[in-house]
Amino acid sequence: MNWTNDKISALVEPDRAHRKAYVDEDLFDLEMERIFERLWVYIGHESQVKNPGDYYLARVGRQPMMMTRDHNGEIHVLYNRCPHRGAQLCTARKGNAGRRIRCSYHAWFFDLDGRLDQIPASEGYDGTNLKMDDPEFQVQKAPRVDNYRGFWFASLAEDGPSLESHLGNSKVAFDQLIDRAPGGETEVVGECFQMVQQSNWKIFLENQLDASHPGATHESTGIAAMTIEKDMRSAGEEPPIAYGFLSDFARIGIDGWGKFGTVAHPQGHCSLEGYMGIRPDDPDTNEYVRLMYDAYGEKKAEEILGVNLHHVLVYPCLSVQPPLQQLRTIRPLGPDRTLTEIWHFRLKGAPEAIYKRALGYYYLVNSPSTMVNADDLFNWWKVQHGLESQGGDWVSFHRNAGFDVVEGEVRKSTPGSMSELPLRHMMQAWKNYMMSNGGGS
Amino acid sequence: MSNATEILANSDRFKFADVTTKTQLSVERFLHQQAEFLDEKRWDQWLSLFTADGHYWMPAEEEQTEGEGVPNIFWENLDMMKMRIRRNEHPQAHSQAPNNRLCHVVSNVIIENQDNNGNIIVRSRFHCAEYFRYEVRNFTGKYRHYLEKTSNGYRIKLQRTDLVNREGPYEYVLQWWL
Ligand code: FES
Ligand SMILES: [Fe+2]
Repeated sequence: MNWTNDKISALVEPDRAHRKAYVDEDLFDLEMERIFERLWVYIGHESQVKNPGDYYLARVGRQPMMMTRDHNGEIHVLYNRCPHRGAQLCTARKGNAGRRIRCSYHAWFFDLDGRLDQIPASEGYDGTNLKMDDPEFQVQKAPRVDNYRGFWFASLAEDGPSLESHLGNSKVAFDQLIDRAPGGETEVVGECFQMVQQSNWKIFLENQLDASHPGATHESTGIAAMTIEKDMRSAGEEPPIAYGFLSDFARIGIDGWGKFGTVAHPQGHCSLEGYMGIRPDDPDTNEYVRLMYDAYGEKKAEEILGVNLHHVLVYPCLSVQPPLQQLRTIRPLGPDRTLTEIWHFRLKGAPEAIYKRALGYYYLVNSPSTMVNADDLFNWWKVQHGLESQGGDWVSFHRNAGFDVVEGEVRKSTPGSMSELPLRHMMQAWKNYMMSNGGGS
Repeated sequence: MSNATEILANSDRFKFADVTTKTQLSVERFLHQQAEFLDEKRWDQWLSLFTADGHYWMPAEEEQTEGEGVPNIFWENLDMMKMRIRRNEHPQAHSQAPNNRLCHVVSNVIIENQDNNGNIIVRSRFHCAEYFRYEVRNFTGKYRHYLEKTSNGYRIKLQRTDLVNREGPYEYVLQWWL
């Protein structure tokens, strides 16, 4: 199908979106071209490539890329493709290439910044059109690469808004991931979990701030956790705080999630305001607050800890939960397949107990044995199947539609509602970006 | 508990202990029974195989020597195991409906160490087919059990399960232990 601007525009109405946006192969290709291969896409955190020679693979839209650190300590984002005959250069998910990257096929050597350094028996090229310094024979770089406080992004468009201006209000996600560390630094822990969702990437983003789903979808897990908490207490034991992340699903109920407001920001970003006992009055938290005071002074520390934020969606590819030090990035593989990388971070200088709390969430919600996302993933798979059918054309985002509260450049959910504002907002952003002339970048 | 992970980490994982045929057989029988309880969802019996401080552990990385305080695929004590059983058996656990079926084969059972109290470290290999939503998935890996000898027979202080494809990507969620 030839997706003209008019046809794309007709897929998104203020309170509903057409199912084709989630299932059509040609639209998926257009999404890759106009969203993922044009906007700023997350590559990784600088601590994934700590040492010179380190590389880490990433995917930008349909393009296999790699983040490298050269021997001057600089970070680069390169296409993972040899300029000789096209072989993939690095195949392990991560590693250290040593002094230079050696292509396994004919042993051309490249510096970590992609510069062609050496070709064996190079006299074979004397008098030919191949010149060592010809741009065509260097490993190609992402046209634009930048970082925000150690979080690296690439854009495959030659021009467009800067990273900072694209991130806009969503920068707070990274500020919070870093500033909440008494040591002023954050770093990834271990390897990420990689999970493949059998569903469209937008279904994942739409689920993240969907307040009306947790009490329904995760009811069984909430009830089980609550029972175990009760059993432990009656045996005189105090259940781990992380169990509360699960029992909340039963405690709060299906209609109780409206107390957490959502906010729609320019560029398609969204955020959810705070919840989850981020600052309980227990010895570990108090110790952590004391360390924050020591590091920043009381005023600044309270400013950092007082940011009312639980979850930020950085359009189009990130879901960040700073109070729990989690970051999920999505790499769409097809209209019905999405790879997620799930990372978590350690706040330098924070007590071990604060790390363990975040680790508890990482395990219970995001590990490959999760009792929470198991039900989300299954819902998304079912949604994908439903949208592939002809049993109806539209996806409804009507909850509280028309009642958003406009505050300057942002829009907020109706107070006390489980508004589908983030879903409406992201589809409007999608529509703009999908126009052939781009919605800004 | 760090005690059990430490004991496992310090044991030579290529060693063969010199044990009697009777010990070999009773350890093998224990492993087969555990697999059967899991396949048949005999949860009370499954739980009774663990010591009060026992853990089921599936590390995220092969080099890992500790389960506490690091990311894992599974790191569960009895409370977590009970929670998982309750959740998966709940009628609203919709991703477990219909419930899966597991079928284990446990083999290559090598007793690596037997201490003076009769406690055992044993390594083995497993293959497990899972039938779920009308499809079969296959899992393969190795077990290492640290078994305490009690008056009621062996009890698991620590079971370590290393999947061959532990780093994923995971196209599914492991809702039951393997
Ligand atoms: S394809 Fe890389 S050296 Fe030939
Ligand atoms: Fe959910």
